[in-house]
Amino acid sequence: MTSTPQSPAAPTAPPVLEFQDLRVDFRLAGSTVHAVRGVNLSVAAGETLAVVGESGSGKSATALSALRLNPEPPSVYAGGEILLDGRDVLGLSERQLRRVRGAEISMVFQDPMTSLDPLQRVGHQITEVLRLHGDHTRAEARNAALTALDEVGIPDPERRFRQYPHELSGGLRQRVMIASALVARPRVLIADEPTTALDVTVQRQILDLLVRLQHRHGMAVVLITHDLGVVAETADRVAVMRHGEVVETGDVEQVFARPAAPYTRRLLDATPRLEPVA
Amino acid sequence: MTSSHTAEPLLDIRDLRKEFPGQPPSVAVDDVSLTVTEGETFALVGESGCGKTTLTRLLLRLLPPTSGSVRFDGTDLLSLDHAALRPFRRQMQVVLQDPYSSMNPRLRIADIVAEPLVTHEEWARGRRGRARTRERVCELLDAVGLDAGIVDRYPHEFSGGQRQRISIARALALEPRLVVLDEPTSALDVSVQARVLDLLADLQQRLGLTYFFISHNLAVVSRIADRVAVMRQGRIVETGTARQVFTTPEDPYTRRLLDAVPVPDPTRARRTAAVASESAESTIV
Repeated sequence: MTSTPQSPAAPTAPPVLEFQDLRVDFRLAGSTVHAVRGVNLSVAAGETLAVVGESGSGKSATALSALRLNPEPPSVYAGGEILLDGRDVLGLSERQLRRVRGAEISMVFQDPMTSLDPLQRVGHQITEVLRLHGDHTRAEARNAALTALDEVGIPDPERRFRQYPHELSGGLRQRVMIASALVARPRVLIADEPTTALDVTVQRQILDLLVRLQHRHGMAVVLITHDLGVVAETADRVAVMRHGEVVETGDVEQVFARPAAPYTRRLLDATPRLEPVA
Repeated sequence: MTSSHTAEPLLDIRDLRKEFPGQPPSVAVDDVSLTVTEGETFALVGESGCGKTTLTRLLLRLLPPTSGSVRFDGTDLLSLDHAALRPFRRQMQVVLQDPYSSMNPRLRIADIVAEPLVTHEEWARGRRGRARTRERVCELLDAVGLDAGIVDRYPHEFSGGQRQRISIARALALEPRLVVLDEPTSALDVSVQARVLDLLADLQQRLGLTYFFISHNLAVVSRIADRVAVMRQGRIVETGTARQVFTTPEDPYTRRLLDAVPVPDPTRARRTAAVASESAESTIV
């Protein structure tokens, strides 16, 4: 259940992941910034929830909280819960969290080069999550990784498996990131600006890929973005964030057609469209 | 004079080529020809690595070309020596994507905006010059919508949008005719971007500026450009009015670029199409 004022299109299926009154503070020398101020969000299996906002809106801090990845300090989880199938992620020990990360909830970040280890071969990085979670033999992990590479549309997976990240283009690196995020078949994928660093034609391919993979595996996807075009093309529901709060949630078509919050309307008006006025 | 001006483009680039050494040499700019008319906004669009930044550096003569010519108001810039180039340099100013990297963090805003004046104008130097430059800086800040009271502050105290306004003020200090805008709004939030684009349009109208606008963002370009050139792998694959290029693109690459732009309209949802055309992924990049 979301308790945001307007969400008639709340998921009909029970939510896999729920943020309830989440509060995150950044405590910096003498002052406290309330980065996330009581956020309520939920996402169901097979559904894509886009969280959209400008820089400093708290969208990334919210998303990172789901895996407790905001650096502590300076961040402090000041209140609320994040429920994964009813279990509060924020209450887990570091050891329990490690079993959630990558296996139940995965993340894809904006810049694959900073999340991939430049000194490790692609194969090693994709199988890492399987090795960490224990229950795979070497051969099983290798096979799962090759399948994942194939599934994200990387040609010649055997060769890519042995390569280093710097040998790949930006688009291929992002595919590798997605392969390693999905290899353990998580139920929730959090994608934080996954295409922002990519060229527009590559972005198109990666977005199409995410949509296809979601259909195939039925994951819940939380897509963090500043781009309303990306929201319109990929999301079922959207939450608009500003100053650490959700100012509006709803079905994508409804929010775009009849934005309730003045801020949403301003964002939509400011978004450039591909239509020459002259 | 007016008739010769309309006939002669402000910027005339012919067969411009830049090879970087290697085996084989890599051709970053491959015999590019284009013209920019005074008072228009000419947009150069392309994806990363297409050569748009190299082309810009060539036309500003920050980089020597392998061959070809760049004429500014009829004069071949490539034939000029350093001293002869100076009067042209001041007529061509640049605004970069990240204004912060082009500002000395230890200088106050007054000195940052005054830099081109001090470099190029005799009157701006010395004790008397200081007072006059300060006056001019305040005028410029006012023109870009900033309070003149900020002159004694430092760059880090400003937001991205404000810094971009400061760098626009600096670019206008010498009353240039051509302003090269290299991804000027790419690092800005969308609401800030809209305001900076409005400012640029307003300044162009008031000051009769010519813009050479480099961008990877077709939606932004469609909003401000009069004419557009699409660049790919060092070549211009298509040039035309913004209307032509955006509504009836001729080159297949231009069409692909346009198709790839996400449309902020969920009723035109393409996701189902994407799912259906699972085999359509012919070229993985």
